[in-house]
Order: sequence, then structure tokens, then C-alpha cells
Amino acid sequence: MTSSNSILSITVLPGKSKNGTAENFSEIILSPGDVLSIVGATGSGKTAFINDIEVLAQGDTVTGRIILVNGQNPPDDFIRDPSKKPIAMITQNTKCLADLTVHEFLEMHLRSRKISDISLLEKTIQTANKFTGEKIAAGMRICSLSGGQTRSLFIADAVIISNTPIILLDELENAGIFKEKVIEELRQLRKTTIFVTHDPYVALLTDRRIVMENGTVKCILEPGDLEKDVLFRISEIDKELSAMRERIRGGELLFENKGGTSV
Amino acid sequence: MTARLITVAGPPSAGKTAVVRQILKNLIPEFKVAYLKIDVVQAWEDEELAEEFHIPTKKVYSGDMCPDHTGILVLQDAVEWANSVDADYLIYESAGLCLRCTPYTTHSFGLCVVPAVSGMHTPLKMAPMITFADAVIVTKIDLVSQAEKEVFREAIRQVSSETDIIETDALAGTNMRYLMKRIFELSETRNDADQLRGSPPLGVCTVCIGKKDVGWQNHFGVIRPLDAPDTLFRGE
Repeated sequence: MTSSNSILSITVLPGKSKNGTAENFSEIILSPGDVLSIVGATGSGKTAFINDIEVLAQGDTVTGRIILVNGQNPPDDFIRDPSKKPIAMITQNTKCLADLTVHEFLEMHLRSRKISDISLLEKTIQTANKFTGEKIAAGMRICSLSGGQTRSLFIADAVIISNTPIILLDELENAGIFKEKVIEELRQLRKTTIFVTHDPYVALLTDRRIVMENGTVKCILEPGDLEKDVLFRISEIDKELSAMRERIRGGELLFENKGGTSV
Repeated sequence: MTARLITVAGPPSAGKTAVVRQILKNLIPEFKVAYLKIDVVQAWEDEELAEEFHIPTKKVYSGDMCPDHTGILVLQDAVEWANSVDADYLIYESAGLCLRCTPYTTHSFGLCVVPAVSGMHTPLKMAPMITFADAVIVTKIDLVSQAEKEVFREAIRQVSSETDIIETDALAGTNMRYLMKRIFELSETRNDADQLRGSPPLGVCTVCIGKKDVGWQNHFGVIRPLDAPDTLFRGE
């Protein structure tokens, strides 16, 4: 029997552009532990790409792409039974409409995934609180959480409750959460991860970059070590920006030193 | 040749017509489809679908009458009309207002359309419409996160552990193949008398049938004097 634990690979077969022309790649294969990013202008089809993977599209989405699991058409219960689904996606949506408390929401999600270990509920909230500045409590109403809290909770939910081998993250850098802690968590768990991103640091951290244009894949880059020096420089810039951000959030005034580098 | 009857129910703006469009896209041109819309005051779907798909359509305004009640009254005629135009399928889209009744009949294939952006208690509130359906179509899944979609599915499962659930972005047609598989497999509508699946509300109300006189003495059926411990029944 195929279960979500025995996922070996995901194959993306080409679809068509917004004006109907075929996409210019033969297939994109994601193997376990692969970390990819998807970049491109807004409206270029980045979200549609990961959405195709999430719904395991069979030519029935706007892009016309087909997704294979282990080289074959996915079994129906991967698509239709949440407890069998090997993919978790965190959308850009930072609003949850559910009229439930955090506790009730996670409890129902555990049930939909047929998980009886109730301790995962507390663990999910703890993990979410690593990513967000203002803490989430179990009794809070989920629709009253901030954008960043909602995003943090959904990421923790994907990692702990869904616990799927494949995780898709749409613009992680938005909503002001601690992105480096999320990336670290995912790396530790060796998840196959796709980041849709506008953030140079996140993009350069990944092994493969898919570049989108006009609804289609424009090219696929595997920079290897070529960008090593730039990655180091971006990580330094990013650290500096993060430090500034936290000081601004803390209510400080920032001044330029004579040397011109630190704050 | 008898048209197969598909009943589409669900609250206003749930995406019923978007689902109907997907069904039509998949059935036409191989099959001939007739479409009936019942609504209360205004509806345009019949004109839009007639223009878009070149199919025979009809619309009935229920006006002062409950739209599902109107449906029950006219459905037999509608099936005969669909047969007279050689339709393979008749799609009947209801107005879906108070959620107390279910328009599905024993001979029809009943679809309940409910958007994923509804509150988590919505499936409970519209329980009859969900439990009596052959399939629940959850629309607008592109507007919610995956976790929320799964929790909403669980909310439907609390009402009905068995009903087929199909999640879709009906504008794009995502997962519609599962619905179409069932529609293609429908057998011909039987010729014997068709009946409502669910129980309609009790017919208790003389006010609803137009008696305006104040005072229980002026009414019959189930009545209630002020100091009576419970309701009473009084025959005509």
C-alpha cells in the first residue's frame, strides 16, 4: 500500500501559458529533502505552481499541469482524504475564517488527519510561538489572530500535525514572522520544501530556483557553489536588517555610526 | 428516454451556478442538457446558461411561495418538458434559502454546494441539506488555507460521516472529475412516482396560508391559547 511515508518523488509535467502556448520544460522532479524556490514577478504564476502540487492537479487547474507521485498518477485518496495527503501548503492567506478557538481548530485538524495523539496540539502552539513575536494561546479565537500569528500557526500545523514529507510555503517572508527560524526548523526535519519568494536570501538558500514568467516556467537554475560568496554577503545583510527590524519594533531610534556600517 | 435529474441545492452565492457550468462543460456536446432555475424574486442564470451553452432553460419565480415548495409542485412538469426536448439530463438549481428543507427527490442526484469560506458551524446549521445529499461540493477552496479546508471537511463529517465530499475551485474546475464520474454513471430516472427525500416542515400555519385574523379561535390545525400548557390540535 502506498502511504504518505513512502513518497519518493513528485513529478510536475508541463501545462500551458495564459495565452495557451505549451510550457518549455519536459518535467520537474522533486526528490525527498529537495529544497527549491520559485521566483518571478507578481502575477507570473508562482502561487499557481505550488497550488498545482497541493491539489495534485490532473490537468484540471488553470495551468493545465499534471502532477505525478512516484512517476504515476496519484491514487484518489491522496487527493480526497486529508489523512493520506502527503503535502501541506501554507498559502499567503493570513486570515483564518474559522469561528473556533486555536484549541478547537487544531483538535478538529487532528481528527481530520485521524491522529489521536492530543499532545501534538500543545506542541503545535509551542512551535508556532517560536516563529512569532506575540505569543499565541490555546484559548484565543483563531479569527482574531494577527496575520503573523495565523501564518506561524499554519506553518507549525503543517510541520507537526500534517507532518507531511512535502511542504509548500507561499511568501514566507511576509507577515513579519521569524523566517530564519522556520527555515531552520524545516531543514532539521529534512522536508521536501518549496519556497515561493521575493526574498533574495530565501531564494539563494535553496538548491534549485524555478523562474516564472507569464504563467509558465521560464527556466530552472541550479547554481551549485556559483553564488556562494553572494549568499554569504546576503546573509550578513539579512542579519543586519533583522537586527534593525527588531530594534525598530522595540521602539528604538536608530542612528548611523561614523563608520557607517552598524546601527 | 427519460432525462436524468440532478438537483443542485445550497445557500445563495455558494457557487451553485459555477458548479452547474462545470457540469455543462463536461456533458456538452456529447449529451443534451435542460436547465431549470427556481428563485424567489430575481434570477438570470437561465438566460446566461442558455446563451453560453445553447441549451433549453426555464425559470420559475416562486414569489410569495417557498421556492422549494414551488420546486415540488413544478418538478414533474419540468421532467416532462426535459423529455419533450430530448434532454439526457435535467439540472434543477434551487434557491436554497432557509436550509430547513431539502429539494432532493428520491429519483434525483442531489448535490449540496457549500463554500469553504462558510463558518465552521454552517454544516450543522444546514444539516438536512448535507445529510440527504448524494455529494457535498465544497467550493472556493482557493480562498482558504489547506488546514482550514481540512477542518471544514471535518465539520461536514460531523454532520454526515458518509456523504461524498468533493472540494473544488469551481471556476477552474479542480477535482470536478470526481463529480463527473458519478454523473456519467447515473442511471435513467425511474418512471414511478418521485418523492421528496427529507420530511418537509409541519404544515401548521394558517397564517402562512393567508388567514390574518387575530385570535386562536379564528384558526385551526395546531393552535395555542395563551394559558394552555402546550399546543393543541383543532380540526377544521
